[in-house]
Amino acid sequence: MANMSLKKNEMPTQAPDIRNHNFLEVALGYTEAQALDEAARCLNCKNMPCVAGCPVQIHIPAFIQKVAAGEFEEAYQIISEASSLPAVCGRVCPQESQCEEKCVRGVKGEPVGIGRLERFVADWHNEHSDPSCVKRPAPNGYRAAVIGSGPSGLTCAGDLAKKGYDVTVFEALHLSGGVLVYGIPEFRLPKAIVQKEVDTLKALGVKVETNMVIGKVLSVDELFEMGFESVFIGSGAGLPRFMNIPGENLKGVYSANEFLTRVNLMKAYRDGSATPIQDAKKVAVVGGGNVAMDAARCAKRLGAEEVTIVYRRSEEELPARKEEVEHAKEEGVLFRLLTNPVEILSGENGFVGGITCVEMTLGEPDESGRRRPVVKEGSEFTIDVDCVIMAIGTSPNPLIKSTTQGLETQRWGGIIADEETGLTSREGVYAGGDAVTGAATVILAMGAGKAAAKAMDEYMQSKAK
Amino acid sequence: MYQILKKQALNPTVTLMEIEAPLVAKKAEPGQFIILRVDENGERIPLTVADFDREKGTVTIIFQIVGATTEALNHLQEGDRLSDFVGPLGVASHTEGLKKVAVVGGGVGCAIAYPIAKKLHRQGATVHSIIGFRSRDLVILENEFAQASDKLRIMTDDGSYGAKGLVTSALKELIESGETYDEVIAIGPLVMMKFVAALTREYGLKTVVSMNPIMIDGTGMCGGCRLTVGGKTKFACVDGPDFDGHEVDFDEAMERASMYKAFERRRHEETCELFKKEVR
Ligand SMILES: Cc1cc2nc3c(=O)[nH]c(=O)nc-3n(C[C@H](O)[C@H](O)[C@H](O)COP(=O)(O)OP(=O)(O)OC[C@H]3O[C@@H](n4cnc5c(N)ncnc54)[C@H](O)[C@@H]3O)c2cc1C
Ligand SMILES: Cc1cc2nc3c(=O)[nH]c(=O)nc-3n(C[C@H](O)[C@H](O)[C@H](O)COP(=O)(O)OP(=O)(O)OC[C@H]3O[C@@H](n4cnc5c(N)ncnc54)[C@H](O)[C@@H]3O)c2cc1C
Ligand code: SF4
Ligand code: SF4
Ligand code: FES
Repeated sequence: MANMSLKKNEMPTQAPDIRNHNFLEVALGYTEAQALDEAARCLNCKNMPCVAGCPVQIHIPAFIQKVAAGEFEEAYQIISEASSLPAVCGRVCPQESQCEEKCVRGVKGEPVGIGRLERFVADWHNEHSDPSCVKRPAPNGYRAAVIGSGPSGLTCAGDLAKKGYDVTVFEALHLSGGVLVYGIPEFRLPKAIVQKEVDTLKALGVKVETNMVIGKVLSVDELFEMGFESVFIGSGAGLPRFMNIPGENLKGVYSANEFLTRVNLMKAYRDGSATPIQDAKKVAVVGGGNVAMDAARCAKRLGAEEVTIVYRRSEEELPARKEEVEHAKEEGVLFRLLTNPVEILSGENGFVGGITCVEMTLGEPDESGRRRPVVKEGSEFTIDVDCVIMAIGTSPNPLIKSTTQGLETQRWGGIIADEETGLTSREGVYAGGDAVTGAATVILAMGAGKAAAKAMDEYMQSKAK
Repeated sequence: MYQILKKQALNPTVTLMEIEAPLVAKKAEPGQFIILRVDENGERIPLTVADFDREKGTVTIIFQIVGATTEALNHLQEGDRLSDFVGPLGVASHTEGLKKVAVVGGGVGCAIAYPIAKKLHRQGATVHSIIGFRSRDLVILENEFAQASDKLRIMTDDGSYGAKGLVTSALKELIESGETYDEVIAIGPLVMMKFVAALTREYGLKTVVSMNPIMIDGTGMCGGCRLTVGGKTKFACVDGPDFDGHEVDFDEAMERASMYKAFERRRHEETCELFKKEVR
């Protein structure tokens, strides 16, 4: 019997005024009983509209039926046919605009909590499995290199390793995981989960070499000389943008990347961390995406009394996941919408003393289809802050492009790659994820890594003949 | 990996270490740097490649003990290993076509200037080196500079060794005595570079400085190392660390360098306490 409740089972969470003082995970995950109850809401639709909304086409009704039957490991096996990072995607996917948007239960009431069920299944599996028992596939004698250990690189490496390839991942930083470790904070995606995924890959035989900045330590051409037969570039979009307004180089102005890297990768939130972070009291975060929400919520947790999101469009256009916006609001983050900074003011000792903004109104739609923000004349005002975090976007780092002959890129830096296969302008070189699309999502990066692994397999096999 | 093969105190606050890092040694050029972490919970700090041996696969670093991380680094011994050592990062110093150059080093900056002087000397350029220190016991790399230079001036603030005075007065003297240079390369504390640049501007003498802002990743990902050069924002780790000294906004760079003063002081004291306890 289907559960006809119009509402999703609520996600148990830490109370807002407790969690905004700690870095523990906000959402606690369904219990078995909640998962069973939620799974019973799925109608097992024949035409599976939800699947069409998932970029990697997880067989959603099939896995949910297994959950409903209490066969959690079986459910996991179904998910993992399509997705290699379910514990991650179940947490950070923008479900409301993907699978859940298409769910028929959403027509009248709330859609099935697909992401929450996916998370439950993945967590259940992780708790009951041991990566060291993973069976290593028989080696097929070919070697492939993967640049970058974000979701695209990890997925590509995993898929190739499962086919028997000898895969080495080269990561620039001292830890693998890409944005999953340096960007997305612990309270949204515990680092132990990412580590578990990396451990599973290692158990599959994938070698992970950290401290390897490709383009500096080794070039793509040298990777081929070393005997790698195909290369995947999943180097992300890590180069932060600034607004180029006066005062941006004052002390206390961070790019979101720097702020989040200090907090997450370098653990500045822990007492005794070797990496410093400003002890800010009033913080303005410029931008409206997931990155801005994460920075704002980290600032709050580090002890800032007042944290304000400054965004130039309206609530409707906020690109962040709905859930993150709601969580941020509950935690006391303030929102100044239709507002744009024009200058950062100097306060005491060269630190930030305030931020001058103008009010905006929405005019005609621009190329992106969103209404273009227009400055309201004479609306200037100042917010009193001692720290400003710029979260207005990132673009791909030019390091690999500039050291790889014949690798074509877009004007803004994105690597040009075939949409289906990830093939670049260089034979044997594939690319995917943010390095190709610009800042996007975990699931899209993962999908791109998967598609490229398939194409690389075909390429290496065809070359062998 | 990253084993310390040699450790040598150059003066009471400056230490030289030779690190096993074959891939870094293979690619390193003067002017580039590495980023290291001493241990699993360590901070990432940048240090210049002071020398390298491609055959042996080693990289030499020379560092001044100024805070917690350099203090911890200095407590490691030969045979110990560093947790991370990544590089070579940054753009190598441009030395092509230079025929006559004044190399100005200040304090530990001499460690950064030396490989460039050596390279220039090897490629047949005339090298005039001016190296400055606070006092006699802080002098480093004197023999090395002597071998790489056609002229060497040593300056100390207190006159306890070489001539008394600042590097700028020696440079001025050389220029006034009729020496001409294709370029001046100045590496040392920000104030020193600022004043060398101010001096050479008067003579219209091209000056390259090596900037050392606070860094984290060293790959262009965080923007923490940004500087204003010629009115534009540059990331020192990928666009530099060498820049045109006449274009750099030194005052801003000095401000930014002081961002974490209080934290650094506290951490340094804590680290010293820790080592004192270990010794007991
Ligand atoms: C703060 C923040 C929050 C986000 N929140 C969400 C969310 O809630 N939901 C969602 O779906 N998406 C979110 N995203 C976006 C998502 O994280 C990215 O789209 C995704 O991580 C891209 O994956 P990737 O594999 O392409 O690259 P990345 O994750 O960026 O990984 C690239 C890796 O390559 C390494 N690298 C770069 N250059 C080199 C080189 N030259 N040599 C070797 N290694 C190199 C980098 O160090 C990095 O580890 C968020 C992003 C940020 C920054
Ligand atoms: C490209 C580059 C090359 C460098 N080369 C050398 C070198 O060859 N020898 C040498 O002795 N020093 C060099 N430095 C400076 C060296 O990185 C700092 O002295 C070191 O990071 C101090 O760390 P600490 O924890 O011991 O001191 P802290 O107490 O943390 O700081 C002391 C001082 O060092 C600076 N500093 C702190 N953290 C960093 C950081 N992450 N990056 C840069 N500067 C920082 C601060 O401005 C501060 O004034 C270089 C810096 C750069 C950017
Ligand atoms: S991966 Fe994302 S889009 Fe696909 S089913 Fe899971 S939550 Fe939905
Ligand atoms: S659309 Fe909704 S109800 Fe139908 S199968 Fe998918 S998840 Fe279940
Ligand atoms: S150190 Fe992060 S961008 Fe230069």
